[in-house]
Amino acid sequence: MSQAYIVGAFEHPTRLAVEQSVAQLHAEVAIGALEDAGLSRHDVDGYLCAGDAPGIGPLSIVEYLGLDVRYADSTDIGGSAPIAHVAHAAQAIAAGRCNVALITLAGRPRAAMERAGLVTEYTDYPESLFELPYRPILAASYAMCAKRHMHEFGTTSEQLAWVKVAASQHAQHNPNALLRKVVTVDDVLGSPMIADPLHRLDCCVTTDGGGAIIVAREEIARSLCRPLVRLRGAGESIKYQLGSGFDLTTTAGKKSGAQAFAQAGVSPADIKYLSTYDSFTITVLLALEDLGFCAKGEGGRFVEDGQLISGIGRLPVNTDGGGLCNNHPAHRGGVTKIIEAVRQLRGEAHPAVQVKNCDLAVAHGTGGMLDRRHGCATAIFERL
Amino acid sequence: MITAATDTSPEAAAFQQAANESRLLFGQCSVCDKPHYYPRRICPFCSSAEVEWLQASGRGHIYSYSVVRKATPPYATAYVTLTEGVTMLTNLLTPDFDRLQIGDEVELLFVKGDDDQQSAFFRPIA
Repeated sequence: MSQAYIVGAFEHPTRLAVEQSVAQLHAEVAIGALEDAGLSRHDVDGYLCAGDAPGIGPLSIVEYLGLDVRYADSTDIGGSAPIAHVAHAAQAIAAGRCNVALITLAGRPRAAMERAGLVTEYTDYPESLFELPYRPILAASYAMCAKRHMHEFGTTSEQLAWVKVAASQHAQHNPNALLRKVVTVDDVLGSPMIADPLHRLDCCVTTDGGGAIIVAREEIARSLCRPLVRLRGAGESIKYQLGSGFDLTTTAGKKSGAQAFAQAGVSPADIKYLSTYDSFTITVLLALEDLGFCAKGEGGRFVEDGQLISGIGRLPVNTDGGGLCNNHPAHRGGVTKIIEAVRQLRGEAHPAVQVKNCDLAVAHGTGGMLDRRHGCATAIFERL
Repeated sequence: MITAATDTSPEAAAFQQAANESRLLFGQCSVCDKPHYYPRRICPFCSSAEVEWLQASGRGHIYSYSVVRKATPPYATAYVTLTEGVTMLTNLLTPDFDRLQIGDEVELLFVKGDDDQQSAFFRPIA
Protein backbone atom coordinates (compact mmCIF):
# COMPACT_ATOMS: atom_id res chain seq x y z
CA MET A 1 0.00 0.00 0.00
CA SER A 2 1.36 3.38 -0.95
CA GLN A 3 1.54 6.54 1.12
CA ALA A 4 0.70 8.66 -1.89
CA TYR A 5 -2.47 10.69 -2.08
CA ILE A 6 -4.39 12.39 -4.86
CA VAL A 7 -4.60 15.93 -3.54
CA GLY A 8 -5.63 17.74 -6.70
CA ALA A 9 -7.69 16.92 -9.77
CA PHE A 10 -8.97 19.13 -12.54
CA GLU A 11 -10.78 18.53 -15.83
CA HIS A 12 -10.64 21.30 -18.40
CA PRO A 13 -14.20 22.48 -19.07
CA THR A 14 -13.59 23.09 -22.77
CA ARG A 15 -14.31 20.51 -25.44
CA LEU A 16 -13.14 22.71 -28.32
CA ALA A 17 -9.96 24.76 -27.96
CA VAL A 18 -9.65 26.96 -31.02
CA GLU A 19 -7.63 29.73 -29.40
CA GLN A 20 -5.26 27.82 -27.12
CA SER A 21 -2.01 26.02 -27.91
CA VAL A 22 -1.46 22.47 -26.65
CA ALA A 23 1.15 23.73 -24.15
CA GLN A 24 -1.32 26.32 -22.92
CA LEU A 25 -3.92 23.62 -22.30
CA HIS A 26 -1.35 21.64 -20.30
CA ALA A 27 -0.67 24.80 -18.25
CA GLU A 28 -4.37 25.54 -17.74
CA VAL A 29 -5.11 22.08 -16.39
CA ALA A 30 -1.99 22.22 -14.19
CA ILE A 31 -3.13 25.50 -12.68
CA GLY A 32 -6.63 24.11 -12.18
CA ALA A 33 -5.35 21.04 -10.33
CA LEU A 34 -3.02 23.13 -8.14
CA GLU A 35 -5.92 25.41 -7.19
CA ASP A 36 -8.03 22.36 -6.42
CA ALA A 37 -5.29 21.08 -4.12
CA GLY A 38 -4.55 24.40 -2.51
CA LEU A 39 -0.92 24.25 -3.64
CA SER A 40 1.24 26.52 -5.79
CA ARG A 41 3.55 25.65 -8.65
CA HIS A 42 6.47 26.24 -6.28
CA ASP A 43 5.36 23.16 -4.34
CA VAL A 44 5.71 20.92 -7.41
CA ASP A 45 8.96 18.97 -7.59
CA GLY A 46 7.89 16.14 -9.88
CA TYR A 47 6.30 16.21 -13.35
CA LEU A 48 4.82 13.43 -15.48
CA CYS A 49 3.32 13.44 -18.97
CA ALA A 50 2.91 11.20 -22.03
CA GLY A 51 3.11 11.67 -25.78
CA ASP A 52 0.34 14.23 -25.93
CA ALA A 53 2.72 16.79 -24.40
CA PRO A 54 4.34 18.76 -27.24
CA GLY A 55 8.05 18.97 -27.89
CA ILE A 56 10.27 16.82 -25.71
CA GLY A 57 7.37 16.37 -23.26
CA PRO A 58 8.78 17.09 -19.78
CA LEU A 59 11.43 19.51 -21.08
CA SER A 60 8.97 21.65 -23.03
CA ILE A 61 6.16 21.67 -20.47
CA VAL A 62 8.30 22.06 -17.34
CA GLU A 63 9.80 25.12 -19.05
CA TYR A 64 6.41 26.43 -20.19
CA LEU A 65 5.09 26.14 -16.63
CA GLY A 66 8.28 27.50 -15.05
CA LEU A 67 8.61 24.50 -12.73
CA ASP A 68 11.68 23.38 -10.81
CA VAL A 69 11.49 19.58 -10.68
CA ARG A 70 13.86 16.87 -9.51
CA TYR A 71 11.79 14.01 -10.89
CA ALA A 72 10.39 13.63 -14.44
CA ASP A 73 8.65 10.72 -16.18
CA SER A 74 7.33 10.59 -19.73
CA THR A 75 6.06 7.02 -19.78
CA ASP A 76 3.73 6.61 -22.74
CA ILE A 77 1.52 3.53 -22.90
CA GLY A 78 -1.20 5.30 -24.85
CA GLY A 79 -4.25 6.86 -23.27
CA SER A 80 -3.89 4.82 -20.10
CA ALA A 81 -0.59 6.57 -19.28
CA PRO A 82 -1.86 8.99 -16.58
CA ILE A 83 -3.09 6.05 -14.51
CA ALA A 84 0.40 4.55 -14.70
CA HIS A 85 1.83 7.98 -13.90
CA VAL A 86 -0.05 8.04 -10.57
CA ALA A 87 1.68 4.81 -9.56
CA HIS A 88 5.06 6.08 -10.81
CA ALA A 89 4.59 9.28 -8.81
CA ALA A 90 3.77 7.19 -5.73
CA GLN A 91 6.96 5.19 -6.25
CA ALA A 92 9.00 8.38 -6.63
CA ILE A 93 7.45 9.80 -3.45
CA ALA A 94 8.17 6.56 -1.56
CA ALA A 95 11.77 6.69 -2.77
CA GLY A 96 12.18 10.27 -1.61
CA ARG A 97 12.60 11.56 -5.17
CA CYS A 98 9.78 14.09 -4.94
CA ASN A 99 7.01 15.32 -2.64
CA VAL A 100 4.43 16.79 -5.00
CA ALA A 101 4.04 15.35 -8.49
CA LEU A 102 2.04 17.01 -11.26
CA ILE A 103 0.54 14.90 -14.08
CA THR A 104 -0.93 16.64 -17.13
CA LEU A 105 -2.71 15.46 -20.26
CA ALA A 106 -4.05 17.81 -22.92
CA GLY A 107 -4.55 18.29 -26.62
CA ARG A 108 -6.69 19.86 -29.32
CA PRO A 109 -7.39 17.22 -31.99
CA ARG A 110 -10.87 18.57 -32.59
CA ALA A 111 -9.73 22.09 -33.28
CA ALA A 112 -6.99 20.69 -35.48
CA MET A 113 -9.75 18.98 -37.47
CA GLU A 114 -8.30 15.59 -36.81
CA ARG A 115 -10.72 12.71 -36.66
CA ALA A 116 -10.56 9.69 -34.38
CA GLY A 117 -9.87 6.66 -36.50
CA LEU A 118 -7.58 8.26 -39.03
CA VAL A 119 -4.31 6.43 -39.35
CA THR A 120 -1.36 8.27 -37.91
CA GLU A 121 1.71 8.11 -40.11
CA TYR A 122 4.20 5.84 -38.47
CA THR A 123 6.44 4.80 -41.29
CA ASP A 124 9.52 4.19 -39.14
CA TYR A 125 7.85 1.87 -36.65
CA PRO A 126 8.99 -1.77 -36.88
CA GLU A 127 5.43 -2.89 -37.61
CA SER A 128 4.63 -0.27 -40.27
CA LEU A 129 5.18 -2.38 -43.36
CA PHE A 130 2.97 -5.13 -42.00
CA GLU A 131 0.05 -2.91 -41.03
CA LEU A 132 -0.19 0.33 -43.01
CA PRO A 133 -1.08 -1.32 -46.34
CA TYR A 134 -4.26 -2.59 -44.71
CA ARG A 135 -5.55 0.83 -43.55
CA PRO A 136 -6.03 -0.30 -39.96
CA ILE A 137 -8.22 2.52 -38.63
CA LEU A 138 -8.74 2.58 -34.90
CA ALA A 139 -12.43 1.68 -34.98
CA ALA A 140 -11.67 -1.47 -37.03
CA SER A 141 -8.99 -2.44 -34.53
CA TYR A 142 -11.58 -2.54 -31.74
CA ALA A 143 -14.30 -3.87 -34.04
CA MET A 144 -12.33 -7.03 -34.79
CA CYS A 145 -12.04 -7.67 -31.04
CA ALA A 146 -15.79 -7.13 -30.65
CA LYS A 147 -16.54 -9.44 -33.58
CA ARG A 148 -14.37 -12.16 -32.10
CA HIS A 149 -15.97 -11.72 -28.66
CA MET A 150 -19.39 -12.14 -30.28
CA HIS A 151 -18.16 -15.25 -32.07
CA GLU A 152 -16.72 -16.88 -28.94
CA PHE A 153 -19.24 -15.84 -26.33
CA GLY A 154 -22.44 -14.84 -28.10
CA THR A 155 -22.13 -11.18 -27.12
CA THR A 156 -24.64 -8.98 -28.97
CA SER A 157 -24.70 -5.45 -30.37
CA GLU A 158 -27.59 -4.73 -27.99
CA GLN A 159 -25.40 -5.60 -25.03
CA LEU A 160 -22.60 -3.34 -26.29
CA ALA A 161 -25.15 -0.58 -26.77
CA TRP A 162 -26.04 -0.71 -23.06
CA VAL A 163 -22.56 0.63 -22.28
CA LYS A 164 -23.35 3.77 -24.30
CA VAL A 165 -26.84 4.02 -22.83
CA ALA A 166 -25.38 4.07 -19.30
CA ALA A 167 -22.82 6.71 -20.30
CA SER A 168 -25.54 8.91 -21.74
CA GLN A 169 -27.70 8.52 -18.64
CA HIS A 170 -24.77 9.90 -16.63
CA ALA A 171 -23.75 12.58 -19.14
CA GLN A 172 -27.16 14.28 -19.00
CA HIS A 173 -26.15 15.57 -15.56
CA ASN A 174 -22.71 16.84 -16.65
CA PRO A 175 -22.97 20.42 -17.97
CA ASN A 176 -19.54 20.12 -19.63
CA ALA A 177 -20.23 16.83 -21.43
CA LEU A 178 -19.98 17.03 -25.21
CA LEU A 179 -23.04 14.78 -25.66
CA ARG A 180 -25.74 15.25 -23.03
CA LYS A 181 -28.65 13.65 -24.86
CA VAL A 182 -29.92 10.42 -23.36
CA VAL A 183 -29.86 7.63 -25.93
CA THR A 184 -31.50 4.20 -26.12
CA VAL A 185 -30.25 0.84 -27.32
CA ASP A 186 -32.20 1.45 -30.53
CA ASP A 187 -30.48 4.80 -31.01
CA VAL A 188 -27.09 3.08 -30.85
CA LEU A 189 -28.10 0.29 -33.21
CA GLY A 190 -29.66 2.83 -35.59
CA SER A 191 -26.57 5.03 -35.76
CA PRO A 192 -24.35 4.63 -38.84
CA MET A 193 -22.10 1.57 -38.96
CA ILE A 194 -18.46 2.69 -38.74
CA ALA A 195 -16.63 -0.65 -38.71
CA ASP A 196 -18.97 -3.52 -38.06
CA PRO A 197 -20.08 -4.42 -35.44
CA LEU A 198 -19.30 -0.97 -34.04
CA HIS A 199 -21.75 1.82 -34.76
CA ARG A 200 -21.02 5.50 -34.49
CA LEU A 201 -22.49 5.57 -30.98
CA ASP A 202 -20.21 2.69 -29.94
CA CYS A 203 -17.28 5.09 -30.46
CA CYS A 204 -16.00 7.74 -28.06
CA VAL A 205 -16.07 11.42 -28.80
CA THR A 206 -13.16 13.47 -30.10
CA THR A 207 -12.55 16.47 -27.87
CA ASP A 208 -10.01 19.13 -26.99
CA GLY A 209 -8.97 20.01 -23.47
CA GLY A 210 -7.45 17.70 -20.89
CA GLY A 211 -6.92 17.25 -17.20
CA ALA A 212 -4.34 17.21 -14.45
CA ILE A 213 -3.69 15.31 -11.24
CA ILE A 214 -1.55 16.22 -8.22
CA VAL A 215 -0.04 13.36 -6.22
CA ALA A 216 1.54 14.19 -2.86
CA ARG A 217 3.05 12.45 0.15
CA GLU A 218 0.96 11.84 3.24
CA GLU A 219 2.13 14.74 5.42
CA ILE A 220 1.32 17.21 2.66
CA ALA A 221 -2.05 15.60 1.93
CA ARG A 222 -3.01 15.82 5.59
CA SER A 223 -2.01 19.50 5.71
CA LEU A 224 -4.51 20.38 2.94
CA CYS A 225 -8.21 21.03 3.38
CA ARG A 226 -9.40 18.31 0.98
CA PRO A 227 -10.85 14.83 1.54
CA LEU A 228 -8.07 12.23 1.72
CA VAL A 229 -7.84 9.99 -1.35
CA ARG A 230 -5.06 7.44 -1.13
CA LEU A 231 -3.61 5.22 -3.82
CA ARG A 232 -4.10 1.74 -2.42
CA GLY A 233 -2.89 -0.46 -5.27
CA ALA A 234 -1.72 -0.19 -8.86
CA GLY A 235 -0.61 -2.28 -11.80
CA GLU A 236 0.37 -1.92 -15.43
CA SER A 237 0.93 -4.26 -18.34
CA ILE A 238 1.54 -4.23 -22.09
CA LYS A 239 -0.02 -6.77 -24.42
CA TYR A 240 0.86 -7.52 -28.04
CA GLN A 241 0.40 -10.24 -30.60
CA LEU A 242 3.27 -12.23 -32.05
CA GLY A 243 1.25 -14.16 -34.56
CA SER A 244 1.25 -17.34 -32.48
CA GLY A 245 -1.23 -17.88 -29.66
CA PHE A 246 -3.40 -15.16 -31.10
CA ASP A 247 -6.09 -13.76 -28.81
CA LEU A 248 -8.32 -10.70 -29.27
CA THR A 249 -10.63 -11.19 -26.30
CA THR A 250 -8.29 -10.73 -23.34
CA THR A 251 -6.55 -7.44 -22.60
CA ALA A 252 -3.49 -6.38 -20.62
CA GLY A 253 -6.01 -5.44 -17.93
CA LYS A 254 -6.00 -9.02 -16.73
CA LYS A 255 -2.43 -8.54 -15.49
CA SER A 256 -2.62 -4.88 -14.47
CA GLY A 257 -5.83 -5.53 -12.56
CA ALA A 258 -4.46 -8.58 -10.77
CA GLN A 259 -1.41 -6.58 -9.67
CA ALA A 260 -3.54 -3.69 -8.43
CA PHE A 261 -6.02 -5.84 -6.51
CA ALA A 262 -3.19 -7.88 -4.95
CA GLN A 263 -1.38 -4.76 -3.79
CA ALA A 264 -4.58 -3.20 -2.47
CA GLY A 265 -5.68 -6.37 -0.71
CA VAL A 266 -9.25 -6.00 -1.94
CA SER A 267 -11.42 -7.76 -4.52
CA PRO A 268 -13.73 -6.48 -7.27
CA ALA A 269 -16.72 -7.16 -5.01
CA ASP A 270 -15.42 -4.43 -2.64
CA ILE A 271 -15.36 -1.75 -5.34
CA LYS A 272 -18.09 0.90 -5.12
CA TYR A 273 -17.29 2.77 -8.33
CA LEU A 274 -15.37 2.02 -11.53
CA SER A 275 -13.91 4.51 -13.99
CA THR A 276 -12.90 2.45 -16.99
CA TYR A 277 -11.58 3.39 -20.39
CA ASP A 278 -14.34 3.61 -22.96
CA SER A 279 -12.71 4.41 -26.26
CA PHE A 280 -15.33 2.04 -27.65
CA THR A 281 -18.11 0.09 -25.96
CA ILE A 282 -16.18 -3.18 -26.35
CA THR A 283 -13.29 -1.67 -24.36
CA VAL A 284 -15.56 -1.51 -21.30
CA LEU A 285 -16.85 -5.03 -21.75
CA LEU A 286 -13.37 -6.54 -21.93
CA ALA A 287 -12.16 -4.53 -18.93
CA LEU A 288 -15.05 -5.71 -16.74
CA GLU A 289 -14.09 -9.29 -17.53
CA ASP A 290 -10.34 -8.86 -17.22
CA LEU A 291 -10.53 -6.91 -13.94
CA GLY A 292 -12.65 -9.71 -12.50
CA PHE A 293 -16.01 -7.97 -12.14
CA CYS A 294 -17.43 -10.90 -14.12
CA ALA A 295 -16.13 -14.06 -15.77
CA LYS A 296 -14.58 -14.04 -19.24
CA GLY A 297 -17.38 -14.03 -21.77
CA GLU A 298 -19.98 -12.74 -19.29
CA GLY A 299 -19.39 -9.03 -20.00
CA GLY A 300 -22.41 -8.71 -22.26
CA ARG A 301 -24.78 -10.07 -19.67
CA PHE A 302 -23.06 -7.98 -16.97
CA VAL A 303 -23.75 -4.65 -18.67
CA GLU A 304 -27.23 -5.14 -20.10
CA ASP A 305 -30.43 -3.66 -18.69
CA GLY A 306 -28.73 -0.62 -17.21
CA GLN A 307 -26.40 -2.45 -14.84
CA LEU A 308 -23.71 0.24 -15.20
CA ILE A 309 -26.04 3.14 -14.33
CA SER A 310 -25.45 4.80 -10.97
CA GLY A 311 -28.31 4.24 -8.55
CA ILE A 312 -29.84 1.53 -10.72
CA GLY A 313 -27.22 -1.00 -11.72
CA ARG A 314 -24.90 -3.33 -9.89
CA LEU A 315 -21.72 -1.33 -10.68
CA PRO A 316 -21.74 2.42 -11.41
CA VAL A 317 -19.30 3.06 -14.29
CA ASN A 318 -18.06 6.36 -15.74
CA THR A 319 -20.52 8.64 -13.97
CA ASP A 320 -19.16 11.71 -15.77
CA GLY A 321 -20.43 10.29 -19.06
CA GLY A 322 -17.06 8.78 -19.93
CA GLY A 323 -15.29 9.04 -23.22
CA LEU A 324 -18.45 7.90 -24.96
CA CYS A 325 -20.35 11.08 -24.02
CA ASN A 326 -18.34 13.47 -21.90
CA ASN A 327 -14.71 13.86 -22.90
CA HIS A 328 -11.82 12.04 -24.58
CA PRO A 329 -9.25 14.84 -24.77
CA ALA A 330 -6.31 14.42 -27.13
CA HIS A 331 -7.67 10.95 -28.05
CA ARG A 332 -6.59 9.88 -24.56
CA GLY A 333 -9.06 9.04 -21.82
CA GLY A 334 -6.79 8.17 -18.90
CA VAL A 335 -6.82 11.39 -16.92
CA THR A 336 -10.59 11.84 -16.95
CA LYS A 337 -10.91 8.33 -15.51
CA ILE A 338 -8.85 9.35 -12.46
CA ILE A 339 -10.67 12.66 -12.09
CA GLU A 340 -14.16 11.14 -11.89
CA ALA A 341 -12.95 8.47 -9.45
CA VAL A 342 -11.57 11.26 -7.25
CA ARG A 343 -14.86 13.16 -7.47
CA GLN A 344 -16.75 10.04 -6.40
CA LEU A 345 -14.43 9.35 -3.47
CA ARG A 346 -14.62 12.96 -2.29
CA GLY A 347 -18.40 12.97 -2.63
CA GLU A 348 -18.09 15.71 -5.24
CA ALA A 349 -19.74 13.94 -8.18
CA HIS A 350 -23.05 15.30 -9.44
CA PRO A 351 -25.73 14.43 -6.84
CA ALA A 352 -27.69 12.52 -9.47
CA VAL A 353 -24.80 10.11 -10.04
CA GLN A 354 -22.94 10.25 -6.71
CA VAL A 355 -22.41 6.76 -5.31
CA LYS A 356 -23.40 6.47 -1.66
CA ASN A 357 -20.57 5.78 0.79
CA CYS A 358 -18.07 5.62 -2.04
CA ASP A 359 -14.90 4.66 -0.19
CA LEU A 360 -13.18 2.41 -2.74
CA ALA A 361 -12.89 3.11 -6.46
CA VAL A 362 -10.93 1.90 -9.46
CA ALA A 363 -9.55 3.89 -12.39
CA HIS A 364 -8.59 1.63 -15.28
CA GLY A 365 -7.16 2.47 -18.70
CA THR A 366 -6.70 0.63 -21.99
CA GLY A 367 -4.56 2.67 -24.38
CA GLY A 368 -3.13 2.05 -27.82
CA MET A 369 -4.63 -0.31 -30.37
CA LEU A 370 -6.57 -3.09 -28.74
CA ASP A 371 -5.93 -5.70 -31.43
CA ARG A 372 -2.23 -5.10 -32.07
CA ARG A 373 -0.52 -3.64 -29.01
CA HIS A 374 -1.96 -1.83 -26.05
CA GLY A 375 -1.09 -0.82 -22.52
CA CYS A 376 -3.34 -1.14 -19.50
CA ALA A 377 -2.96 0.58 -16.15
CA THR A 378 -5.13 0.05 -13.08
CA ALA A 379 -5.25 2.14 -9.91
CA ILE A 380 -7.31 1.46 -6.80
CA PHE A 381 -8.08 4.46 -4.62
CA GLU A 382 -9.61 4.66 -1.16
CA ARG A 383 -11.10 7.52 0.79
CA LEU A 384 -9.79 7.71 4.34
CA MET B 1 -6.70 3.16 -53.05
CA ILE B 2 -4.12 1.08 -51.26
CA THR B 3 -1.03 2.65 -49.80
CA ALA B 4 1.90 0.59 -48.58
CA ALA B 5 4.56 1.86 -46.25
CA THR B 6 7.07 3.46 -48.59
CA ASP B 7 10.02 3.70 -46.25
CA THR B 8 10.90 0.04 -45.85
CA SER B 9 13.27 -0.66 -43.00
CA PRO B 10 16.53 -2.51 -43.76
CA GLU B 11 15.26 -5.37 -41.60
CA ALA B 12 12.01 -5.69 -43.56
CA ALA B 13 13.38 -5.13 -47.08
CA ALA B 14 13.55 -8.85 -47.87
CA PHE B 15 9.91 -9.23 -46.84
CA GLN B 16 8.81 -6.50 -49.26
CA GLN B 17 11.00 -7.88 -52.03
CA ALA B 18 9.39 -11.31 -51.59
CA ALA B 19 5.93 -9.71 -51.59
CA ASN B 20 6.78 -8.00 -54.87
CA GLU B 21 7.57 -11.50 -56.19
CA SER B 22 4.17 -12.69 -54.83
CA ARG B 23 5.63 -14.64 -51.93
CA LEU B 24 4.41 -14.17 -48.33
CA LEU B 25 7.04 -14.75 -45.63
CA PHE B 26 6.70 -15.47 -41.92
CA GLY B 27 9.33 -15.94 -39.22
CA GLN B 28 10.34 -19.40 -38.00
CA CYS B 29 12.80 -19.82 -35.14
CA SER B 30 15.28 -22.70 -35.48
CA VAL B 31 16.00 -22.73 -31.74
CA CYS B 32 12.57 -22.66 -30.07
CA ASP B 33 10.77 -23.88 -33.21
CA LYS B 34 7.98 -21.29 -32.92
CA PRO B 35 6.64 -19.33 -35.89
CA HIS B 36 5.92 -15.61 -35.59
CA TYR B 37 4.44 -12.73 -37.52
CA TYR B 38 5.37 -10.08 -38.45
CA PRO B 39 8.74 -11.63 -39.31
CA ARG B 40 11.80 -10.18 -37.62
CA ARG B 41 15.48 -11.08 -37.36
CA ILE B 42 15.37 -11.80 -33.63
CA CYS B 43 12.89 -14.38 -32.35
CA PRO B 44 10.32 -12.64 -30.10
CA PHE B 45 9.83 -15.85 -28.09
CA CYS B 46 13.44 -16.75 -27.25
CA SER B 47 15.61 -13.83 -28.51
CA SER B 48 17.56 -16.17 -30.80
CA ALA B 49 18.93 -14.75 -34.03
CA GLU B 50 18.49 -18.18 -35.63
CA VAL B 51 15.34 -17.12 -37.46
CA GLU B 52 14.40 -18.25 -40.95
CA TRP B 53 11.87 -16.44 -43.07
CA LEU B 54 9.76 -19.14 -44.69
CA GLN B 55 7.23 -18.87 -47.50
CA ALA B 56 3.62 -19.36 -46.45
CA SER B 57 1.41 -21.74 -48.41
CA GLY B 58 -1.16 -19.02 -48.87
CA ARG B 59 -4.08 -20.87 -47.30
CA GLY B 60 -5.78 -19.98 -44.05
CA HIS B 61 -9.01 -19.02 -42.35
CA ILE B 62 -10.57 -15.84 -40.98
CA TYR B 63 -9.85 -15.32 -37.25
CA SER B 64 -11.80 -12.06 -37.13
CA TYR B 65 -12.70 -9.23 -39.47
CA SER B 66 -14.52 -5.92 -39.73
CA VAL B 67 -15.99 -4.18 -42.73
CA VAL B 68 -15.08 -0.50 -42.59
CA ARG B 69 -18.47 0.79 -43.74
CA LYS B 70 -17.63 4.44 -43.27
CA ALA B 71 -14.95 4.26 -45.95
CA THR B 72 -15.76 4.98 -49.59
CA PRO B 73 -15.74 2.38 -50.91
CA PRO B 74 -15.98 0.10 -47.85
CA TYR B 75 -13.20 -2.43 -47.28
CA ALA B 76 -12.72 -5.44 -45.03
CA THR B 77 -9.86 -5.54 -42.59
CA ALA B 78 -9.17 -8.95 -41.05
CA TYR B 79 -6.94 -11.30 -39.16
CA VAL B 80 -6.22 -14.46 -41.09
CA THR B 81 -4.68 -17.53 -39.44
CA LEU B 82 -2.41 -19.27 -41.94
CA THR B 83 -2.18 -23.06 -42.08
CA GLU B 84 1.37 -22.60 -40.76
CA GLY B 85 -0.17 -21.35 -37.48
CA VAL B 86 0.54 -17.62 -37.54
CA THR B 87 -2.17 -14.98 -37.60
CA MET B 88 -1.67 -11.80 -39.62
CA LEU B 89 -3.41 -8.50 -40.23
CA THR B 90 -4.66 -8.21 -43.81
CA ASN B 91 -7.57 -7.11 -45.99
CA LEU B 92 -10.16 -9.38 -47.56
CA LEU B 93 -11.23 -8.97 -51.15
CA THR B 94 -14.77 -10.08 -51.86
CA PRO B 95 -17.70 -8.84 -53.88
CA ASP B 96 -20.06 -9.63 -51.01
CA PHE B 97 -18.99 -8.44 -47.55
CA ASP B 98 -22.24 -9.70 -46.01
CA ARG B 99 -21.28 -13.31 -46.66
CA LEU B 100 -18.02 -13.15 -44.72
CA GLN B 101 -17.84 -15.25 -41.56
CA ILE B 102 -15.23 -16.03 -38.95
CA GLY B 103 -13.74 -19.41 -39.80
CA ASP B 104 -14.15 -19.04 -43.57
CA GLU B 105 -11.33 -20.54 -45.64
CA VAL B 106 -9.34 -17.94 -47.57
CA GLU B 107 -6.51 -17.87 -50.09
CA LEU B 108 -3.66 -15.45 -50.70
CA LEU B 109 -3.38 -12.99 -53.51
CA PHE B 110 -1.15 -9.98 -53.97
CA VAL B 111 -2.35 -6.43 -54.59
CA LYS B 112 -0.18 -3.62 -55.87
CA GLY B 113 -0.47 -0.30 -54.02
CA ASP B 114 -0.15 3.23 -55.34
CA ASP B 115 3.57 3.07 -54.62
CA ASP B 116 3.96 -0.04 -56.85
CA GLN B 117 4.68 -2.25 -53.84
CA GLN B 118 2.71 -5.48 -53.47
CA SER B 119 0.92 -6.51 -50.27
CA ALA B 120 -0.60 -9.82 -49.21
CA PHE B 121 -4.42 -9.83 -49.33
CA PHE B 122 -6.83 -12.74 -49.04
CA ARG B 123 -10.12 -13.77 -50.63
CA PRO B 124 -12.68 -16.38 -49.64
CA ILE B 125 -12.32 -19.74 -51.37
CA ALA B 126 -15.50 -20.21 -53.35
